[in-house]
Amino acid sequence: MSGVSEPELRHVGLTLEGVPPLKRAQVESDVFGFWAFLMSDALIFALLFAIYATMIGRYAGGPTPGQEFKFHSAFWETALLLTSSFTYGGVSIALKHDAKRRWIVLFTAITFCLGAYFVRMECHEFTTMFHDGATPEDSGYLSSFFVLVAMHGFHVTCGLIWMLLMGAQMAIHGIDQRVKVNFVRLGLFWHFLDIVWVCIFTIVYLHGLQR
Amino acid sequence: MHDPSVLWYIFLGRFEWDSLPFVEAWRHPTTSEIIAACASGIVIIGALVVFAGITYFRKWRYLWTEWFTSLDHKKIGVMYIIFAVIMMARALIEAALMRLQQAIAINNPGILAPDHFAQLFTTHGTIMIFFVAMPLLIGLINVAMPLQIGARDVAFPFLNSMSLWMTVGGGCLMMVSLVVGKFSTGGWSGYPPFTELRFNGGVGPDYWIWALTISSLGNMATGINFAVTIYKLRAPGMMWMRMPLFTWTAFCTAILIIFAMPPLTVATLLLAADRYLGMHFFTNALGGNMMNFVNLFWLFGHPEVYILILPAFGVYSEVVAAYSSKALYGYTSLVLATAAIAILSFTVWLHHFFTMGQSAGINSFFGVATMLIGIPTGVKIYDWIWTMFWGEVRFTAPMLFSIAFMITFTIGGATGIMLAFPPLDYMVHNTLFLVAHFHNMLIPGLLFGMFAGFQYWFPKLFGFRLEEKWGRISVFFWVVGFYLAFLPLYVMGASGAARRTAEFFNPAFRPWTIIAMLGALAIFAGFGCLFLQVWSSIRNRYALLVPAGDPWDARTLEWSIPCPAPEYNFSVIPQVSHRDDFYWRKVNGSAYKPADHYRDIEMPKNSGVGPIMGIATGICFFGLVWHIWLYAAVFFFVATGAGISRSFMRDLHKIIPAAEVEAEHRRWLAQAAAARPVRRQLELTPANEGLAACQG
Repeated sequence: MSGVSEPELRHVGLTLEGVPPLKRAQVESDVFGFWAFLMSDALIFALLFAIYATMIGRYAGGPTPGQEFKFHSAFWETALLLTSSFTYGGVSIALKHDAKRRWIVLFTAITFCLGAYFVRMECHEFTTMFHDGATPEDSGYLSSFFVLVAMHGFHVTCGLIWMLLMGAQMAIHGIDQRVKVNFVRLGLFWHFLDIVWVCIFTIVYLHGLQR
Repeated sequence: MHDPSVLWYIFLGRFEWDSLPFVEAWRHPTTSEIIAACASGIVIIGALVVFAGITYFRKWRYLWTEWFTSLDHKKIGVMYIIFAVIMMARALIEAALMRLQQAIAINNPGILAPDHFAQLFTTHGTIMIFFVAMPLLIGLINVAMPLQIGARDVAFPFLNSMSLWMTVGGGCLMMVSLVVGKFSTGGWSGYPPFTELRFNGGVGPDYWIWALTISSLGNMATGINFAVTIYKLRAPGMMWMRMPLFTWTAFCTAILIIFAMPPLTVATLLLAADRYLGMHFFTNALGGNMMNFVNLFWLFGHPEVYILILPAFGVYSEVVAAYSSKALYGYTSLVLATAAIAILSFTVWLHHFFTMGQSAGINSFFGVATMLIGIPTGVKIYDWIWTMFWGEVRFTAPMLFSIAFMITFTIGGATGIMLAFPPLDYMVHNTLFLVAHFHNMLIPGLLFGMFAGFQYWFPKLFGFRLEEKWGRISVFFWVVGFYLAFLPLYVMGASGAARRTAEFFNPAFRPWTIIAMLGALAIFAGFGCLFLQVWSSIRNRYALLVPAGDPWDARTLEWSIPCPAPEYNFSVIPQVSHRDDFYWRKVNGSAYKPADHYRDIEMPKNSGVGPIMGIATGICFFGLVWHIWLYAAVFFFVATGAGISRSFMRDLHKIIPAAEVEAEHRRWLAQAAAARPVRRQLELTPANEGLAACQG
C-alpha cells in the first residue's frame, strides 16, 4: 500500500534510531497509556485529598495535627524524595544519550536508596504516632490522614519494588526496548509521586502544623 | 456460634455451617430459605454440568488455547458478551422473583423474607450494572471498535485479557455468594452507615465491596486501553471527524471510565477501611461522614449512566444509517452531542440525593445541569429520525430495536426531566417512580442497543447472519414486556409506593403489581427468544453465510473485510480518505481490490497470564470476604507474581508471513468476485452472500 504516512513521534524520551517505525509507534502508545493510567491515579489522590479536606477538624476529641506532626521529619522526607526525583533524572539522561548500563544502574541505585530511606522515615513517623496513641481508629480526621499518606507511601514502595525488578530485567535481557520503555514509565511514576508528595507536604503537614 | 479453633479460622475464616443455604433451609424450612437453597443448588449443578460437559467432550484444551488465553480483541469481546448473558440470566430470574413477591405480598408477607428480598434487589442491581451492562458494552466495543478504525487489535491486548478475567473473577464472587454466605442487603449503591460493621456485621457488604472493586479495576484498565487505541491506532487518514459514530461513543465512554472509576474504587476501599481496620470515614461516630460516601459513589454513579448509554447511542447511529442506506444525518451534531453529554455527565451527580440536605441554590444548579443534558440527547433523537427520513428503511430486528428505543427512551427522558426538578423530586424520590425511570432509560438505552449491535455485527464475528424471525419476536416481547413491567411502577411510584418494599399494605396496588409481573415474564420470554435466535441460526448457518463480508450494504471499514474477520483483521491497513470510507469506495469502484504490497503481520501470542491473574484476584478477594487471610495473601502473590513474570517474557509475538496474508486475501477477493450481488430489499433472504449490489 502506497502513501502510508509514518506516525509522528513526540516526547517519548528515548532514542529509537534503528527501531522500525511500527515498533516506534508501539513505544509511543506504551508511554501514552501510562500517562492515562497516571491520570486516573492522580484522580484517586485528588479524591483522597478532598476527603481529607472535609475531615479537617473532625478530631472527635482525639489528637490534633498540631500535636502529632513533626516539621523536621516531614521536611527531611520531602528533601529525600525531591532529591530522588533529581537522581532519577540521571537515569533518563543516560537512557536518552548512550544507555550505558553502569550509569543507569548507578542512578537507579541512588534513587532506590533515597526512596527506601523515605519509606523508612515514614514508617518511623507512623509508629511514633501509634505509640503516642494517634491511630486511624481514633477519629475521622486520623483515618483520612493515614489513608492519604499511606497510599502515597504504598505507591513509593511499589516504585521501589519496580526498581528492583528493573534491575533483574536488565540483568536478564540487557537494555532492550521493553526495558527502556519501562524505565521511561517508572520515571513518570516516580516524578508523579513527587508531585503528590509536594501536595501532601503543603496541604497535610504545613497546614496541619498551624492548627 | 462455633468455638473457632485456630485451624478452622486459618483455613475457613469466619465460615460456619449456617453460611450454607442448604443447612439454613434444613433448619428453618420457610419458602424463602428453600428458594435460597434452590438458587444455590442451581449454581452448583450448573457449574458441575458445564465442567462435566467440557470434560466429556474433551474441550478443555480447545477452550484454553483458542479462547481463554486468546488476546484477540474479537474473541475477548465474545467472551465478555457470553459472560454478561450468563449473569443476565441470573439477574432476570431475580427480577421475576421480586415482581412475583410484590404481586403476592399485599397485606401478607408473601414468599420472600424481607432480608432475602433485600439481597435480591441488591444483587439484581449490582449484577445488572457491573456484570451485565459493563461487560456487554465493553464486549461490543472490543468486537467492533478496532475494526472500525482499521486497527489490528487494541493497544494493549494483554491488558484486555486481564480486564476480562478480572470481571469474570468478580462475577464468580457474585455467584459464590449464592452458595456460601449471604450477599449485602444495602442496595446496589451500598450506602453506609447501614453497610458499616455496626449494623451489618456479616459477609454481605464485603462481598459487595470486593465484587465492585475487582470489576472497577478491570474496567479501569479497559478504559485506558480503549482510549489509547482510539488515540493512537487509527488507520492513516482516519481523522477525528472521519471516525464512525460508534467509535466516537466508545471514545467518550473510555474517557468517562478513566475519570469515573477512581471515585468508585475510593468509595469501596474506604468503606473496606472502615469495616476491616476500624476507621471512621463513613461511620456515625468519631467524625465519620456518610455524605462523603454518597458524593463519591454518585461522582462515579452518574458518569456511569452515560458510560452505559453512549455506546448504545453509537450502535443506533450505525444501525439506523446502515438499514436506511443513508449517511448519518447531522454527523457533526451527533459528535458534539456525544462530547457534550460526556462533559455534562460530571456536573449532575448531586441530583441522586436532592433530598439529603443541600441548600436550594445547590439543588437548583444541579437540577438545571441535569435538564441541560436533555438538549444534546434530544438532538440525537432528531438526527436518527432524519437519517431514516426518505431512506430505504429495512425493518430488521436491530432496526426495530432502534425504533423501539427512540420512542421508549423519549418517554424515559421526559420523566427524567421531571425528576431533575428538585421540588418534584422531593415528592417521588425513593419511590417506584424512580425505579421505573431508570429502567426506562437503561433497558432501551443500553440493552436494546447491545442486542441491536450484537445482531448487526454477529456476521462479522461468525461468518453467518442471524435469522430474523426469532429476533423480531424477541423485539416484540422485550418492548411489550418493558411497557407492562415498568409503566405500572410509574403509577405506583406517583401514588407513593416506596422502592425496595417487600410487602405493600394498599390493595389498590394489586392490579399494577400483577401487570408488572406479567411484564417481567414477557421480558423473560424476550430473553429466551434471543437464545432461540442464535440456536436456530447456528442450525441453518449454511443458508446464512455471508463470506463476502458486507451483508447490510453498510458504510464503515469493518464491512470491507471478510466475514468472519481474520485474526489480523486487515490484510493491509487501509488508507482512509473519507468519512464512511468503505461506502465511498464501493460507489467509486475501488473496493475489493488487491493491495500493491503485502507485509508480514506481527500479532500477539496467546497468554495464560490474564486468566490466572483474574481468577487469582477473585480468590484473593474471596479470602478477604471470609477473613481467610491465608488465601488472600497466597493468591495476592499469585496474581501479582503472574503479572510480574509476564514483564520478564520477551517472546510475545508471532509473525504471519506476507505470502500467507496475500494468499488468503486473494482467495477472499476471488470469492467476493464470484458472489452474486444482492439488492437491499433481499438482504434477509438466502440470496445474501455478503456482497451488496451498488444502488447508489
